[in-house]
Amino acid sequence: MKTLRILSRSFRDALKGVFRNFSLSLASISCITITLLVVSLSLILSSNVNNIASLIEEDVTIVAFLDVDITEDETNKVLEDIKKLDNIDDVEFQSKTEIASEMKDSSEVYANIMNGWTEEENPLQSTYLVKVKNIESIGKTANELKKIEHVGTVKYGEGMVEQLVSVFKIVRNISLGTVVALIIVTVFLITNTIKITIYSRKREIEIMRLVGASNLNIKIPFLFEGLYLGIMGAIIPIVATFYAYSILYEKFDGKMFSEFIRLVNPTPFLYSVSGVLLLIGMFVGMLGSLQAVRKYLKI
Amino acid sequence: MSLIKMSHVKKVYKTGVTAIYDLDLAIEKGEFVFIIGSTGCGKSTLIKMLYREEKPTSGTILVGGLNVGKIKNSKVYKLRRKLGVVFQDYKLLQKSTVYENVAFALEVLGTPKSEIYQKVVKVLDLVGLKHKANNYPNQLSGGEQQRVAIARAIVNGPKLLICDEPTGNLDEITSMEIMKVLEAINQMGTTIIMVTHDTDIVNKLKKKTILLDSGRILKIFEKGTYNHENIKNSK
Ligand SMILES: Nc1ncnc2c1ncn2[C@@H]1O[C@H](COP(=O)(O)OP(=O)(O)OP(=O)(O)O)[C@@H](O)[C@H]1O
Ligand SMILES: [Mg+2]
Repeated sequence: MKTLRILSRSFRDALKGVFRNFSLSLASISCITITLLVVSLSLILSSNVNNIASLIEEDVTIVAFLDVDITEDETNKVLEDIKKLDNIDDVEFQSKTEIASEMKDSSEVYANIMNGWTEEENPLQSTYLVKVKNIESIGKTANELKKIEHVGTVKYGEGMVEQLVSVFKIVRNISLGTVVALIIVTVFLITNTIKITIYSRKREIEIMRLVGASNLNIKIPFLFEGLYLGIMGAIIPIVATFYAYSILYEKFDGKMFSEFIRLVNPTPFLYSVSGVLLLIGMFVGMLGSLQAVRKYLKI
Repeated sequence: MSLIKMSHVKKVYKTGVTAIYDLDLAIEKGEFVFIIGSTGCGKSTLIKMLYREEKPTSGTILVGGLNVGKIKNSKVYKLRRKLGVVFQDYKLLQKSTVYENVAFALEVLGTPKSEIYQKVVKVLDLVGLKHKANNYPNQLSGGEQQRVAIARAIVNGPKLLICDEPTGNLDEITSMEIMKVLEAINQMGTTIIMVTHDTDIVNKLKKKTILLDSGRILKIFEKGTYNHENIKNSK
């Protein structure tokens, strides 16, 4: 009962504290708002860069050409062998007839030439289109595919893919590093601003101690106050992120450059970003005020 | 048993200054005691050790049975709830009303609202400030602010009230008003220890007076009169 009363008082007093020290609270809230906006921007950028990289990587396919005179049984055997390899995500069969008709559809010149062919005369090779799980070992997988009986040539854009993968790896690391660095800077900036806010209330803490408030009793209202500041500071960044990203997404119709390169879908992405922003705000708010109060409790 | 018992108390600050040398002192329940002495003689240090703002370097201090020097930092509040402290600079929350300032001392203890109201009104009545309950400290005179501070110090009914120059910032008439309030509180059974520079007060009230000099008790006057003759004679 007593604990409950102290808690509810802390709840109320913390709110009073925010408004009674409004200019300082405002400083803290603005600091949180600005830093969280930057964090949000970096989260959006890095998520999209990652997403684009993943989409491009997903698009990379190994084409395994089968022998021209392969029988149906042999074709199925090859499929089984392929599936036995690790790092295989998806396999799709494309018969030479399908390839031929696709080519005919794509150009009239091809159509003129190829219309004369019978099934036996078709010189094209049936293929397996293989997608890998881990693009970094695509070369190894390609080599393994080559060793399978009745598989002739194997192509996946050698050289180009490896380069792409290494560039993406760097881009990913840079964007992750930026986000982490920004979050650390944010934590540091906000805790310090809140510390200054609380320092100016040294006297309040001194009086609380004097009239017999326990350390916990003193900490709890400030903890709540930090929490409120964190939440209030997160509001604008969350709303801004929602609006700006939704508008951006709609404007590009979710696409950039091409069909393949899509922006991250707003749901649930925006919810996760908002959650992260809110959590950072709350956590950092409480951390800052706790650190500041602790200084005056001589623990 | 004495309310306060100090034996062989010594205080050396981190800076190397010795503020109190081997001091023995007993104060009984219900007493009103002045502590006087020249600037820097250790008056504030002495009473700071009573409410555990400072720890004695050696010796023991018992306040209401609690061994004050041994209390852990996180348990200091237990001592503070048994006593009230009043300062020269009032130490009020500027952004809270008179009522809120006094109620604050009960709120931090988790006292129910209705009980807080009753106690605060009663104590504001005692110090004669019921009509200013909703004013803010900067709307009050110095004497009124000090009365708020006294109200806050006694609202939870402490056995001991410690005052460090409570009239230091006030004129003669206002000082005497404050002394009347303190005497009334003493009459109701609260032990009071008051540090002061004000010779008039000491001479008029004729209470037990402890004269400190360079960290030692020079003399104890049972019905204190404070004049230079007195001090010279005791030296
Ligand atoms: N926190 C401290 N750290 C170091 N030295 C201190 C501290 N507080 C007081 N002193 C020293 O201890 C001695 C006694 O100081 P104290 O404040 O007890 O004097 P006082 O009798 O209250 O003086 P005044 O009448 O001016 O208030 C002084 O020499 C002072 O400089
Ligand atoms: Mg002093």
